[in-house]
Amino acid sequence: MHGFANPARFLRLARWLTPLLLVPGLILALGALAWGFFVVPPDRLMGDTVRILFIHVPSAWLGMAGWSTIAISSIVELVWRHPLSGIAARAAAVPGAVFTAICLATGSIWARPTWGTWWVWDGRLTSFLVLLFLYFGYIALAGAAQRDAAAGGGASRVTAIFGLVGAINIPIINRSVVWWNSLHQPPSITMGKSAIDGTFLWPLLIGAVGFSLVFGGVVLMRMRTLLADIQAEARLRRKAMA
Amino acid sequence: MSAIKAKHQRLVLLVIALIALIGAGLLAAWALKNQAAYFYVPSDLVAHPPEAGRAVRLGGMVEKGSISHAADGVTVNFVVGDGKARVPVRFTGITPDLFVEGSGVVAEGRMEGQTFVADNLLAKHDEKYVPREMKDMTAQQAKQVVAETK
Repeated sequence: MHGFANPARFLRLARWLTPLLLVPGLILALGALAWGFFVVPPDRLMGDTVRILFIHVPSAWLGMAGWSTIAISSIVELVWRHPLSGIAARAAAVPGAVFTAICLATGSIWARPTWGTWWVWDGRLTSFLVLLFLYFGYIALAGAAQRDAAAGGGASRVTAIFGLVGAINIPIINRSVVWWNSLHQPPSITMGKSAIDGTFLWPLLIGAVGFSLVFGGVVLMRMRTLLADIQAEARLRRKAMA
Repeated sequence: MSAIKAKHQRLVLLVIALIALIGAGLLAAWALKNQAAYFYVPSDLVAHPPEAGRAVRLGGMVEKGSISHAADGVTVNFVVGDGKARVPVRFTGITPDLFVEGSGVVAEGRMEGQTFVADNLLAKHDEKYVPREMKDMTAQQAKQVVAETK
């Protein structure tokens, strides 16, 4: 793992891995969306509104996967002090927040015709809104820590600790529909079983793979940007000292 | 202290912190067990009836064959059950698309005598996603499709 601690080596790998993730990811994601929007038949109860599934569910998964990335990277940063782990955590924050916002927006649009309301304060919806606020807090804190480090305050671990503490919300989101009575339905896909008919399940899974690849590509792009920022700042500082 | 040892120390500290964190989260979730429920199921309402006039939410399944429309055309009467208890509900207004017999519903309102008077109805979708053209539709679902395509 420490083989990639060398940023130059990581950058060489990331340069050709980024398009390798983004291009097939975009093809799969857009293809699955087109499949879901134009090909699959309407749902028995919801009719055409079921098509929101193909964007809502992958967004929800990636919103949670984003924070899981932050949490795992934070553990690696805190214990092993891996130099790229903090960068990886920060790179996952913005795409994670974007997918969380997409999930909340599409969920709200879906809820109006099906449930009869834009929003309710049930366990699932509330915990997912909390996830979005956690992302906002994390992004602000990471930015502040970077400015502080650039000003000579030294590397701060507070961002990693926040990323780790915030991870407690992920199992709460996952279990919210099981622990508490909620308006949101219980999970459709559980350990090897699916209550989603194959007609809907295939475009959903292919879309999820596609969106995940796009997510990975965006994280790599952002990691490269963050590393370039740090290098530029270090160079400026050296020039200012000289 | 060697570098390996410092690493191990951090790992042990982190594991302890994680256990404490998960413990705190579980305790909080446990404490919220009743408060965070979005609605009462019929057996809750029957076992611990709220004081008359207090706004509560009632959630459960709309019993099959229980929906009846009153003469005024906008009032609907139905029974919400959870397999253990059943509560009659009266609602005046427009019902959501997914409000059908045998499906989930959350009613916001209050108990008036033995009847739950709702001022808002939310439909609860189940976790199943099945296309309309499925052959194994139940009679109720088939009726719904016919009603919708009319």
